[in-house]
Amino acid sequence: MSLPQFPSMADPGSDFSALLRKSGTEPFPVPAAPQSPDTITHGTTCVAVRYVDGVVMAGDRRATAGNLISHRSIEKVFPADRHSAVAIAGAAGPAVEMVRLFQLQLEHYEKVEGSPLSLEGKANQLGQMLRSNLPAAMSGLAVVPIFAGYDLARETGRLFEYDITGGRYEESDYAATGSGSLHAETVIKVGYRRDMTADAAADLLAESLFQAADADSATGGADTLRGIYPIMVTIGADGFSRLDDDDVAGRFAEIAKRFSDNHREA
Amino acid sequence: MSMPFYVAPEQMMKDRADYARKGIARGRSLVAMAYEHGIFICAENPSATLHKVSEIYDRIAFAGVGKYNEFDQLRIAGVRHADLKGFTYSREDVEARSLANNYAQMLGQTFTHEMKPMEVEILVAEITDTPGEEQLFHILYDGTVMDERSFVVLGGDAESIRQRVVAGFSDGLSASAALELARTALAGEERTLENADLEVAMLDRTKGRRTFVRIPDGDLSGL
Repeated sequence: MSLPQFPSMADPGSDFSALLRKSGTEPFPVPAAPQSPDTITHGTTCVAVRYVDGVVMAGDRRATAGNLISHRSIEKVFPADRHSAVAIAGAAGPAVEMVRLFQLQLEHYEKVEGSPLSLEGKANQLGQMLRSNLPAAMSGLAVVPIFAGYDLARETGRLFEYDITGGRYEESDYAATGSGSLHAETVIKVGYRRDMTADAAADLLAESLFQAADADSATGGADTLRGIYPIMVTIGADGFSRLDDDDVAGRFAEIAKRFSDNHREA
Repeated sequence: MSMPFYVAPEQMMKDRADYARKGIARGRSLVAMAYEHGIFICAENPSATLHKVSEIYDRIAFAGVGKYNEFDQLRIAGVRHADLKGFTYSREDVEARSLANNYAQMLGQTFTHEMKPMEVEILVAEITDTPGEEQLFHILYDGTVMDERSFVVLGGDAESIRQRVVAGFSDGLSASAALELARTALAGEERTLENADLEVAMLDRTKGRRTFVRIPDGDLSGL
């Protein structure tokens, strides 16, 4: 691989997707024929909620193809950079690739320009990527992410939802995406308090995933047999951090016990 | 039709080398050395925004002296090379050696084929998890590559700065000791350099995936 050089008129600037295109790789390829949802691996439920000093985000670990479980330990919540995270639902292949590209896009910009993008700029970048993916989405490879981060300029956590056209919608309180999002969002809506701590917000998201997994076959809850637990992350002023599995397992064990006490058939 | 005068190739190369060296000597110098946690890079640079030292990739840093726009163009080409390579293959496949060779090709090509050589000297530095495996590739305006293990000096007054570094260098220096050594080596006997005159950055293997850390002037005293 040689050093990429461009005449000044054709310079891709700090845009990594443009650099990829100029180097002969199309970052958002469109399949030749529409794809059936039964053959494509799909990621399912992700949720995020704002708390007083930032954002908490969570996603289950299941991927399905049609009515089969294709992976039990897929990861759908990723750090985008030091102060933001992205969670994905939809066709798993293009979604994971989009996250990889998005992470690199932010890092590439930061290195070329010498300073990171604003949170708003990052959110818009993700919207532009989704717009580029629209032809693929219309062929069955839809990706629907949530973007969340800590805005260092405004000193607050912020949340963004998207649709497949690249439409970007800032949410003031919470967001959910994927097949179980209807159930998950209802749980969050009922339990949401504006003055929640990170800990209370994490408990609420755990509850929302538990209920989504209980009602939606494509959403995986805590898999205690294998020790696979949903991924939960917090993003505050000091950046992205992932809760360790023991912490998440404890939250789910508590919810399961409470649930079982109330619902076990006599 | 006028015939161009014949110039011997030796003369032509010598003229170009002199031209490039003069350009580089006009700027200020830079020192990079292995220290306790990786590689410590210190440049004499009164500007707080136009950087001589920057991040290329997780474990790779770039530094340049000479003409700013020329080495900055090389820096951006390096970031692009590294990010494209890491995206196409994997992050661990991005190496300083390959990048240094690419830079050498480009500088050599420009030196022999273009109207004017680039008035730059650059450094590609890389660390691994293991202390003692630091790599410093020093690349000259004509594409000459030299690799060093412990320290390197770039810029016009390199020889005398080098002697001052040799006198004070040892393995496993702390960041603050490395800073003081770089400061005295760059300054020489007749000058003193304040924090605001220096640009400091490190490749620090304790910092996780992205090891590049830039230290703002104000934080230098706290090292």
